[in-house]
Amino acid sequence: MGLPVFAASDDPGPSFIGLLRSSPPLPGTPGWMAVAGLARAGGVPGEAGTGASSVASMMRHGTTVLALRFEDGVVLAGDRRATEGHLIAYRTMEKVIQVDELSGVAIAGVAGPAIELVRLFATQLEHYEKVEGVSLSIEGKANQLGQLVSGNLPMAMQGMVVIPLFAGFDDLSLTGRVFSFDVTGGRYEESDYATEGSGGRNAKSALKMGWFPGMGRDDAVRLSLEAIVEAADEDVATGGPDPVRGIYPTVAVITRDGFGKVDAGEVAERVAGINDAAVARLRPGRVRGRGE
Amino acid sequence: MTIPYYVSPEQVMKDRAEYAQKGIARGRALVAATYKEGIVIVAENRSRSLRKISEIYDRIAFAGVGRYNEFDQLRVAGVRHADTKGFSFSRGDVEARSLANLYAQYLGQVFTHEMKPLEVEILVAELGVDPEHDQMFHIAYEGTITDENAYAVIGGDAETIRSRIVRTFRRGWSLPDAVRACAAALSGSDKTLGTDELEVAVLARNGPRRAFERLSQAEVEQILKAKRAARAKG
Repeated sequence: MGLPVFAASDDPGPSFIGLLRSSPPLPGTPGWMAVAGLARAGGVPGEAGTGASSVASMMRHGTTVLALRFEDGVVLAGDRRATEGHLIAYRTMEKVIQVDELSGVAIAGVAGPAIELVRLFATQLEHYEKVEGVSLSIEGKANQLGQLVSGNLPMAMQGMVVIPLFAGFDDLSLTGRVFSFDVTGGRYEESDYATEGSGGRNAKSALKMGWFPGMGRDDAVRLSLEAIVEAADEDVATGGPDPVRGIYPTVAVITRDGFGKVDAGEVAERVAGINDAAVARLRPGRVRGRGE
Repeated sequence: MTIPYYVSPEQVMKDRAEYAQKGIARGRALVAATYKEGIVIVAENRSRSLRKISEIYDRIAFAGVGRYNEFDQLRVAGVRHADTKGFSFSRGDVEARSLANLYAQYLGQVFTHEMKPLEVEILVAELGVDPEHDQMFHIAYEGTITDENAYAVIGGDAETIRSRIVRTFRRGWSLPDAVRACAAALSGSDKTLGTDELEVAVLARNGPRRAFERLSQAEVEQILKAKRAARAKG
């Protein structure tokens, strides 16, 4: 590949996706072509239920993710399980991904395109920032992600649905902000919290019970874990905390100081606290770790 | 009928080189130097928004002198090249050497084939895992590429500035020392460049993934002030 210099009249500007569209394909590109809406998925929309079902059972799915606002920013959390049909395909998937200094994405849906989508989105944001010399506003970022999701619509018609949650710290309004999306790329700003994925409905109930305005960081982290535990309890495709293997949900906190993952030790401790509370409530008198 | 007059290829090249050199000599210079934890680039630049130094990729920085619109186009092309490469292969596969070669090819091609050569000189710096692997590629207007491991000077009056930095450069010095020496080399003995005339950026080794960082005017001021205080004491 040569140096990508363009004439002023057909310069793709600060968009990385625009750049990909205007360049000849590179090795190993089908993934991003699909994500960027550069390739049309074949087949007839709406046929996903018939021929596609056998393929669908081979596709890896990510499951419960959530985002909630708190006093100083936002918390993003997700379970770690990926499924293929009725089977557990992967136990340590990271569904909460940092995309730039002040924002992150949590993904639900078919894992392959979802990971590609986030990679493309992160590159797009960084590319814009470097070319223009300033970051996109948080709304600009959310709109970009919406366009990527809508670009994936032909694939979604084939059953390869990808739905992200986007959350970040807005350095203009100095608050955390949460955006959810639908399959057509519609973008909705949430005032309090949002969930996505097969266990999202259960997680949302838990958030609804526990969320209050102006909650602190510790409360928000604890509530996000309670919601994941709740979802895992009701939904087979959501993986709960796994102390045997030492696999715990991913929790990230985004504040004005940036994006930071909560360390596994703290998560393990909080999960143990949630379990103890449940045991104390349901089976009073029983001490954790001892048989009857 | 008019007779097309003959100009020898030597003369054409000489004229073009002279034209480019003149353009570059009018611009202000910049100095890059390695220090203990990275590479620092100090440019004489009065503008707060039209930058001479910028980020290309995680560990790669770009600096240009000469005509702004021309080196800025090269900068953007570098960002595009690096991001595309990192996206289709992996972040670790993006390296300065191949980018510097592309720049050299492009500049060489423009120099020989176009009417007007680009009036720019550029520097591509890459942070290594340790100071021995830090690299700086200096690419001239006609595509000549040289690599440096300690310091580099590009722009107008480069030779004089180089002769100053040669005397002060020390391998493994601290960032404040390096910034002060680079600023002094750019200034010369007859004038002192103020904070608002300097643009300073670093590639810092033990920082986040994206190693490129600009020093704010306040940070530069603090570093330069320390020098003045030390001088007053001495």
